Amino acid sequence: MTDNLLEGRGDPAPDSGYPQPPPRMGFFTDTSVCIGCKACEVACKEWNSVPEDGLSLLGMSYDNTGMLGADTWRHVAFIEQDRPLGRQNNAVALMPAGPSSTGRNQEVVAAGLGERHGAQLGTDTGAVRPGPDPGGPTQPVTADGRTELRWLMASDVCKHCTHAACLDVCPTGSLFRTEFGTVVVQEDICNGCGYCVPACPYGVIDQRKDDGRVWKCTLCYDRLTVGQEPACAKACPTESIQFGPLDELRERAAHRVEQLHGAGVTEARLYGDDPDDGVGGTGAFFLLLDEPEVYGFPPDPVVTTRDLPAMWRHTALAALGVAVAGLAAFAGARR
Amino acid sequence: MAECHPVGFQWVMEAKARGATLVHVDPRLTRTGALADLHVPIRAGTDIALLGGLINHVLSNGLEFREYVVHYTNAATIVNEDFRDTEDLDGLFSGWRDDTASYSTDSWQYEGVRVASAAGKREQGTGQTARESGDERALHRHVTGRSHEHGSHGSALEDLHNLRRDETLEDPRCVFQLLKRHYRRYTPQTVAKICGIPEELFRQLAETITVNSNRDRTTAWAYAVGWTQHTVGVQYIRAASVLQLLLGNIGRPGGGILALRGHASIQGSTDIPTLYNLLPGYLPMPHPDSHGSLDAYVADDSAETGYWGNMRSYAVSLLKAYWGDAATADNDFCFDYLPRITGDHSTYRTVQAQLDGTCKGYFLNGQNPAVGSANARAQRLGMANLDWLVVRDFTLIESATWWQDGSEIESGELRTEDIGTEVFFLPAAAHTEKDGSFTNTQRMLQWHHKAVEPPGDARSDLWFWYHLGRRIRAKLAGSTAERDRPVLDLTWDYSTSGPHQEPSAEEVLQEINGRKADGSNLSSYEELADDGSTACGCWIYCGAYAGGVNQTARRKPHTEQHWVAPEWGWAWPANRRLLYNRASADPQGRPWSERKAYIWWNPEQGRWTGHDVPDFQPTKPPDYRPPEGAKRQDALSGVDPFIMQADGKGWLYVPAGLTDGPLPTHYEPQESPVPNLLYGQQQNPARQLSRRRDVDPYHPAGSDVFPYVLTTYRLTEHHTAGGMSRWLPYLSELQPELFCEVSPELAAVAGLDHLGWATIVTARGAIETRVLVTDRMVPVRVHDRTVYQVGLPYHWGRNGLTTGDSANELTHMALDPDVHIQEVKALTCDIRPGRRPRGPDRRRLVEEYVRRAGITDTTGTAHRTTDRHGEPA
Amino acid sequence: MSGAPDPGSEVRRDGLHRTAPGREARIGARGGRRAGRGGEVVPPAEFRSYYGRAVIKPPVWKAHNIASYLFLGGVAGGAAVLAAGADLTGRPDLRRAARLVSAGATGLSLTVLVADLGRPGRFVHMLRVVKPTSPMSIGAWLLSGLSPLVAVAALDEASGLLPRRWAGLVGRVARPGGLAATAIAPAVTTYTGALIADTAVPVWHGAYRELPYLFGASALAAAGGLVAAVTPPGQAAPARIAGVAGSVAAQVLDPAVHRRLGAAAEPLTRGRPGRLLSASRWCSRVGIALLAASSLRPSRVLDVAGGLALTAESALTKFGWFYAGIDSAADPKYTVVPQRDRLTDTADATR
Repeated sequence: MTDNLLEGRGDPAPDSGYPQPPPRMGFFTDTSVCIGCKACEVACKEWNSVPEDGLSLLGMSYDNTGMLGADTWRHVAFIEQDRPLGRQNNAVALMPAGPSSTGRNQEVVAAGLGERHGAQLGTDTGAVRPGPDPGGPTQPVTADGRTELRWLMASDVCKHCTHAACLDVCPTGSLFRTEFGTVVVQEDICNGCGYCVPACPYGVIDQRKDDGRVWKCTLCYDRLTVGQEPACAKACPTESIQFGPLDELRERAAHRVEQLHGAGVTEARLYGDDPDDGVGGTGAFFLLLDEPEVYGFPPDPVVTTRDLPAMWRHTALAALGVAVAGLAAFAGARR
Repeated sequence: MAECHPVGFQWVMEAKARGATLVHVDPRLTRTGALADLHVPIRAGTDIALLGGLINHVLSNGLEFREYVVHYTNAATIVNEDFRDTEDLDGLFSGWRDDTASYSTDSWQYEGVRVASAAGKREQGTGQTARESGDERALHRHVTGRSHEHGSHGSALEDLHNLRRDETLEDPRCVFQLLKRHYRRYTPQTVAKICGIPEELFRQLAETITVNSNRDRTTAWAYAVGWTQHTVGVQYIRAASVLQLLLGNIGRPGGGILALRGHASIQGSTDIPTLYNLLPGYLPMPHPDSHGSLDAYVADDSAETGYWGNMRSYAVSLLKAYWGDAATADNDFCFDYLPRITGDHSTYRTVQAQLDGTCKGYFLNGQNPAVGSANARAQRLGMANLDWLVVRDFTLIESATWWQDGSEIESGELRTEDIGTEVFFLPAAAHTEKDGSFTNTQRMLQWHHKAVEPPGDARSDLWFWYHLGRRIRAKLAGSTAERDRPVLDLTWDYSTSGPHQEPSAEEVLQEINGRKADGSNLSSYEELADDGSTACGCWIYCGAYAGGVNQTARRKPHTEQHWVAPEWGWAWPANRRLLYNRASADPQGRPWSERKAYIWWNPEQGRWTGHDVPDFQPTKPPDYRPPEGAKRQDALSGVDPFIMQADGKGWLYVPAGLTDGPLPTHYEPQESPVPNLLYGQQQNPARQLSRRRDVDPYHPAGSDVFPYVLTTYRLTEHHTAGGMSRWLPYLSELQPELFCEVSPELAAVAGLDHLGWATIVTARGAIETRVLVTDRMVPVRVHDRTVYQVGLPYHWGRNGLTTGDSANELTHMALDPDVHIQEVKALTCDIRPGRRPRGPDRRRLVEEYVRRAGITDTTGTAHRTTDRHGEPA
Repeated sequence: MSGAPDPGSEVRRDGLHRTAPGREARIGARGGRRAGRGGEVVPPAEFRSYYGRAVIKPPVWKAHNIASYLFLGGVAGGAAVLAAGADLTGRPDLRRAARLVSAGATGLSLTVLVADLGRPGRFVHMLRVVKPTSPMSIGAWLLSGLSPLVAVAALDEASGLLPRRWAGLVGRVARPGGLAATAIAPAVTTYTGALIADTAVPVWHGAYRELPYLFGASALAAAGGLVAAVTPPGQAAPARIAGVAGSVAAQVLDPAVHRRLGAAAEPLTRGRPGRLLSASRWCSRVGIALLAASSLRPSRVLDVAGGLALTAESALTKFGWFYAGIDSAADPKYTVVPQRDRLTDTADATR
């Protein structure tokens, strides 16, 4: 039983039975310096030979990837907002501008995603309406126009949780904890049961439709073992993706938040850095400039297995009930 | 910059970490704007008005860096009394000639001296003789072949001692006063009216720049083709140069103007040119009539003062590199072997020649004009008129398949069986599959080694050209014909290796670096001689192989060397990382500020010292004054930092060397929604227009039929015409479809839907795109109206994994007169909801628009649009 | 604005001073505007998401496999218990019916599980490890344990078809096997509740306390009903009672679950899952009524009708809950809103 610590603070590698593990390694993704070049997405796919997964224009600003999945281990989100960024001056207020289009665009895209809400990677928004379509946006250019504009970009990745639901629920032991404290799938053992997919509170891991097995970011386990940094971090031109020992990264991140607050970017906040959160802190954490859900993150994720002991108790009790009820039926039955 | 140069943008981020303020001027908020401190939306095509406004702001508020301006620029120089400014002539400078639709630059001269750009002097000569003698050929050359002769950076300047200067800058005819007068009407109000930049925003921009430009602080400008691809492209950059010189931001750390090139080695392709009008190292191409001999050529082109005074050494060394032992003093070092330039052979002129049927064959090396060049239809029709076409590229790009699936085939304009062009496709090797060097925008050469063998039949360009030349020489072997000598006498003996006899790229670099007679490698262009004892393939690259070591292959990490990193790669000239860095010190040789120290004079050692290689004679003291009649660099004083200029000064005013005026002036683009507010002269009068109205019609200014401004650009995810990206799944999936970007306001006006379809129409063509409605596009208030702009990436074509219409179906071939670059950054268009018609109906739609706009053969072709011409106001 | 130049870095004669790495770029620092208007510290009231995309990945399981398994596993377990009871109380007909139903359901369970994995070989991977943190692992072992026991018990009922030598052997191990099965069978009926609750699917995880009871009860209803339907009325009484008891329990638990989930229960009440679950409630009422009637005045017709009604109830419940899970996972609001509320609550608490 290598992973019975289901909640609270923990250092996964030792807890998983590694006697003298190296320091826990992870990502600090500072979205405030992300320029949305998507080099991380390409470098990741190149290094890990992840297949191309769909050429569809999604209309989510410059994001045509959609979300993380079996064939996307890095995903750069693009968010256009009619809000300011710190002291940044985008001059929109001075221009003859009408109301913002961001809200309506969100609706158009969301509507196109349909019932499944784009739960499958690369889902076409379907919002294409070919042929002449004179309808157009309803709002006219008015004086009470938009006055703000900021463009947020963020590179998402597997969080490599301290308490990883995907790993806990895996019935085959295919998902395992590495000496670096990361979580990796062994593809030769995965049997495609798919249990980890709904277990992940971040919607990261997913099944490859062709063979049913699940795939996700390995934090370039192969590179780590030979002292190399992961491909995405290596490719990032602005050090938005920073790789290193988690402790150092957390210190650096705290300093960075202070720096940004000092600069007037009061909206800067960390996500996933807190060892006391629902997953015991993540191995890949982020500096965000808005609420997590705006980037597609769950605001307060909890590792589902935190409640597993209770589930087992109820299961056993319920089983007892079934047995008793079943046999009592005979007592109650007259001949 | 973050959009198209994401890797280079890391240094902008570092500057921001060090406290820099980042301003982004762009019609749309790009990935750069997302991280900038200030985004300044602007109407595409009006940057000179903005820069002029900033210049006026500096001059009218006395914010110029006075001491720098007085000593290091030509602000004090007195100009010829015949000169008339655009203020006098309603948008024209003196010397305009309707017959040639060009300027005769005589009246632009400094007073008391004859200034001419390398070719400019010849120009005036032929210009005048042409007028007087009516020599048709000279006249024709004067018309067609003007700017291509301005290749050289050198500018001859005779009788330098006669130069008149007024260092009080008060003389009404000194450059400084001319400048003041020229830009006095470029007020914040005017800028707002022309560019659509609100006054408040302009003032903020102006303040940001001026507050950060002085002894203690510097400001840098970075631009890409957004500045160059205009009918006034060169003057855009000139305007920035004027501003930077006034603010003392040239030759100093943290200053300068950075040209962000569109490809990995575009800088290299101008240093060792793929251009038709230059020889390596910016030596001009010799002329048929005026250059009978090397002496004539050198006499004509070399400046007597400044480093260009050594031009004979550069030229002779080049000839020795070309023809080796065959080149001797007796035969003028084979000067006669050099081709002579007969006129404008720039790419768009070549396309017209194809349409005219006078150009028969075409080599495309990693170029995709059917997608990437202006007026793609004209490009294809031109190629359809060739005898043969060779395409060397990674994949079957549109320029290799237009004959079977081009738009003209679809529309029925062309039938494959009627096309006589014989098309050869030759697969090319990628840079990872061959050795070689890149020269980046900092003039830094970086060597790259072959990582893998090219696949299948793919070969390197070096392999192709070397073996092509070898085979041609083999065919000509034994020929006694004079015309074959240049080919047969060439030094064409590179060692080859491998199964395919790949020539050694290092040997080519050695040849470029140059050798002494004894075969040893040269180490500096100062060693070049004019007696044939040295051979050098490109004088500015001399030193790249100094000491027999490939200096460009150096890879010492910045953590292990000086912060200027002189041991990373090699930068021309002489491994200098910052040009004209003498300007980083004051006239006495002390740093302008102790917090901006870069190069300074060390009196103890009696030499220049500092962080970089001094761009100055190392031992010439600040107080050196040239004796009467001194030549070359010795004619420059100790306070003349701009050593490549004949007078050693930074040129605020260009007395010669430009075809369209000594001072940058705001003209509207060829196609504009509004009239020119500043002058009666609407467009750049000297701009080049194609002769083929049938394929290249222009819109009238202010046309209601084409009410919107169109600007084209690149996306991070794709590369230029797509040959390197649209065939790659990992890149294609990131930008899978052509789209246009419009503001919510334009969407409302034109009835466009986010993610819906739109058809964009100009007089050249019609394309369909998906629509992205975005707040990142804002309308601009221009003149009395609101102008809406359409943003359009140009990467797409019909081949590859991701396909779409090409933006260049819409663009035209009106060109900048100095460098013949197309104006694809600012034109007009109409946009309507829905997909475009198919087949023949596509052209019918375009023709209908042409009719409705009342476009004729003469629309937009008038060079002079003001009647106040010639006589002073 | 940037009128007040930042001291910034310097290039002195001795080199660079006050430099900083690019990752410390002062984004949004120098535009000269009043700062702090960007991110409101108090999260906004309205629900926001990334273009309405799902936050978590909905289960990739196919309903006809896994929802069926949730149902079949219940039948298998429940019937095994009834079979043991019948065996002990000497009701051969009831025992025969229960044993066959149990074995049949178990066989089908394995079939659909393997079908969802794609290849039989992949089921073997389940038995590489025993993982208490993985209900699926435990379930795989439970099922693997149950199968041979119910199989041998069922074989005993068909001993007529077996060679005599085998028949004797089976006869000797059938009863101990059947009785041993009762140690596992009840867990098989209830662990499926933990199986789906142990995910990030809001409606499933939210009900992790109730689901084992609900599924157990539902299993008893199905088993009782199905066995009653195929047992001669004379011996069917215990099956009727078990079925009715299970069904009643399920109906009692249902509102409790809704109370627990609160707003998050929405997926259970609308769309396909809503329809399935209300149908299941009707089947329950009908089944209870018919079997109750039959226990007063035993009737084969009533037993078959009522039994099948309860079987349907259970199947509808399991499919309903399965689809509700898919819906609650696909729509980001079911993931975001409760978590957002939780945060505001804790924020208020700490205030």
